[in-house]
Amino acid sequence: MKDSLEMEQPILTDQPLSWWKKSLNIRTACLYLLPSFFLFAVFLFYPMAKTVYLSFFLTDQQGIANVFVGLENYQYLLQSESFRKSIKATILFVLYTVPTGVMIALALALLTNEKVKGIGIFRTMYASTMGVSVAASSVVWLFLFHPSIGFFNKIITAIGGESVSWLLDPSWALVSISVTTIWMNIGFSFLILLGGLQNIDEQLYESAKIDGASYLYKLRRITIPMLSPTLFFVLTVSLINAFQTFGQVDILTQGGPSESTNVIVYSIYREAFVNYQFGTASAQSVFLFLCILIVTIMQFKFGEKKVHYQ
Amino acid sequence: MKDVELTHLSKSYDMQTEVLSDISVSIHAGEFFVLVGPSGCGKSTMLRMIAGLEDITEGTLTIGQKKVNDLHPSKRDISMVFQNYALYPHLSVEENIVFGLSVKKVPKTQRKKRCHRVAKMLGLTDYLNRKPRQLSGGQRQRVALARAIVNESPICLMDEPLSNLDAKLRAQMRSEIKQIQRQLNITMIYVTHDQVEAMTMGDRIMILNEGKIQQVGPPIDVYNAPANEFVAKFIGSPPMNLAKATIYPDNQTLSVVGRIHLQLPPEDIQRMGTKEVTIGIRPEHLQLATSESQQPGSSKFEVKVSHVEVLGNETLLNFEFAEGNWQAKWNGQWRVNVGDIVPLSLHYSAICLFDTTTGNMIKQPTQNEQHLIQGVSI
Repeated sequence: MKDSLEMEQPILTDQPLSWWKKSLNIRTACLYLLPSFFLFAVFLFYPMAKTVYLSFFLTDQQGIANVFVGLENYQYLLQSESFRKSIKATILFVLYTVPTGVMIALALALLTNEKVKGIGIFRTMYASTMGVSVAASSVVWLFLFHPSIGFFNKIITAIGGESVSWLLDPSWALVSISVTTIWMNIGFSFLILLGGLQNIDEQLYESAKIDGASYLYKLRRITIPMLSPTLFFVLTVSLINAFQTFGQVDILTQGGPSESTNVIVYSIYREAFVNYQFGTASAQSVFLFLCILIVTIMQFKFGEKKVHYQ
Repeated sequence: MKDVELTHLSKSYDMQTEVLSDISVSIHAGEFFVLVGPSGCGKSTMLRMIAGLEDITEGTLTIGQKKVNDLHPSKRDISMVFQNYALYPHLSVEENIVFGLSVKKVPKTQRKKRCHRVAKMLGLTDYLNRKPRQLSGGQRQRVALARAIVNESPICLMDEPLSNLDAKLRAQMRSEIKQIQRQLNITMIYVTHDQVEAMTMGDRIMILNEGKIQQVGPPIDVYNAPANEFVAKFIGSPPMNLAKATIYPDNQTLSVVGRIHLQLPPEDIQRMGTKEVTIGIRPEHLQLATSESQQPGSSKFEVKVSHVEVLGNETLLNFEFAEGNWQAKWNGQWRVNVGDIVPLSLHYSAICLFDTTTGNMIKQPTQNEQHLIQGVSI
């Protein structure tokens, strides 16, 4: 028995492994990756490549590439007054919605994290905007913003103020859209932040309570640092979401008045499907993609240092 | 120095069932007081009530003659060590230790000085800049301890602080905590479910079961004279052997399932005044029957060994007796095989008797192995 074992061992180790055997692990991994790779290819990689391709061409009305123009589409964009306005609107929109939205969601999450009877009702209520579609909530806000019969103007006139044309005044329209967006996004941010808060060990607070720490001290030195990974996630997702806003703009203002709410995704839509300029629309898409990429990389680079992962 | 006094303290969450009922005890300043009991007996709740983390439903709690029922935890002059240490994972060891001091706005230089002194005492000096996740379980435990004593509060509460450590480290930390308590002369209130911790650390221990005090006293007294059957079973490892027994006043004997017959002093029969009793005997008092052990007041009986554990310095014999499993503990190494018939003897002076209906002790053992070192000269 012992002899036969010694006989077999050298044979196993001496024989060089064939390429087919060596790649067994990689082949298995590829098999697992295949389904998601297929889906990504159809819905992500192909459209992305096609977009980049189209951004170098002039197209006909069906979106078929006709004339190769190189970087002319990009050149045109950078000189276009309307595109510059669109970038400005997008940046303002992001600045209006992301910090405010996350801050309100955090405040609500902190409020509902207290152990009070019936707090479940409030938790459900605050998270409920997650369940409303963009279209439905936009229509509701459309009524609220209505110049004569809208809820907001009724209140303002009732207390003696002057009614505001929320969606028709260029200086108010973007603010109005931002308010709508903040309301719609709070549900998601709230839910994620509440989950993060509930993950923090209760004994940390008890220990701080014995030390005599005030609420604000506990918030600053325990809650925020312990919540930082969740906050970081919510910030990143909200930022990307804000850059990609489309639905509420389409329903409430269609990019108007005088292009004050023509955020970049809406401008892409108009360029491609209203003006049939697929080339410049693609160039805008590539530009947006690069913007989001850079902002997210920067966020990871600078933000992640302040994030404490367990 | 402040005493902690609990008077008729009760706790109920739903106003119907009491988690703790009528707890009255006085914990002296500078004492190491251990609260021990099985899980769910209310010992942690009691500690949290003293800390102010749980409301007191009824009764009064005084710390140093001052009623503190509604006082905020931070005003009670206490520090606390939690079971899972409750260290702040995002702060370094040093920041963790001085957290309480920075809340109290102690000046920075003094904070540093006190932190380093405590760190030195607990051997944490090299780890002050690390995060808790970079420490071993024992080191985390030390940080939690350091955080409690750096505040210099006269009273320290500990909630099962050693339960997350392995057996060897636990034994080491036991003596370390005890030494620190003695060195700093703080009042320690220590919760544990481990009777070994209670026996080895406590100046006095309190045994709780189902929210009621079973017994309070120095560990040795509790071991020697358990107040009832529960304490007898709970304190001691292996636990005390218990069996139902009957007293026959006519011929002044006590009989356990017809196998043990013990002669009783007449005054004891009169004093006890009941016939149905429970007999309790510590495993170390069940010794091998020899010709010398045939003295008045002792009884010999034979048992069939069902399991043997030789621990090197002692041998544990398990056997079935009176519908229960009994154990005998002998010193030294014994070669006994499973299935062997072994003659055992026990003496009346070594047994406890409990009233079967109430469970309370009616006779305590008088034979205890107490040794004193007197006038030793080397």
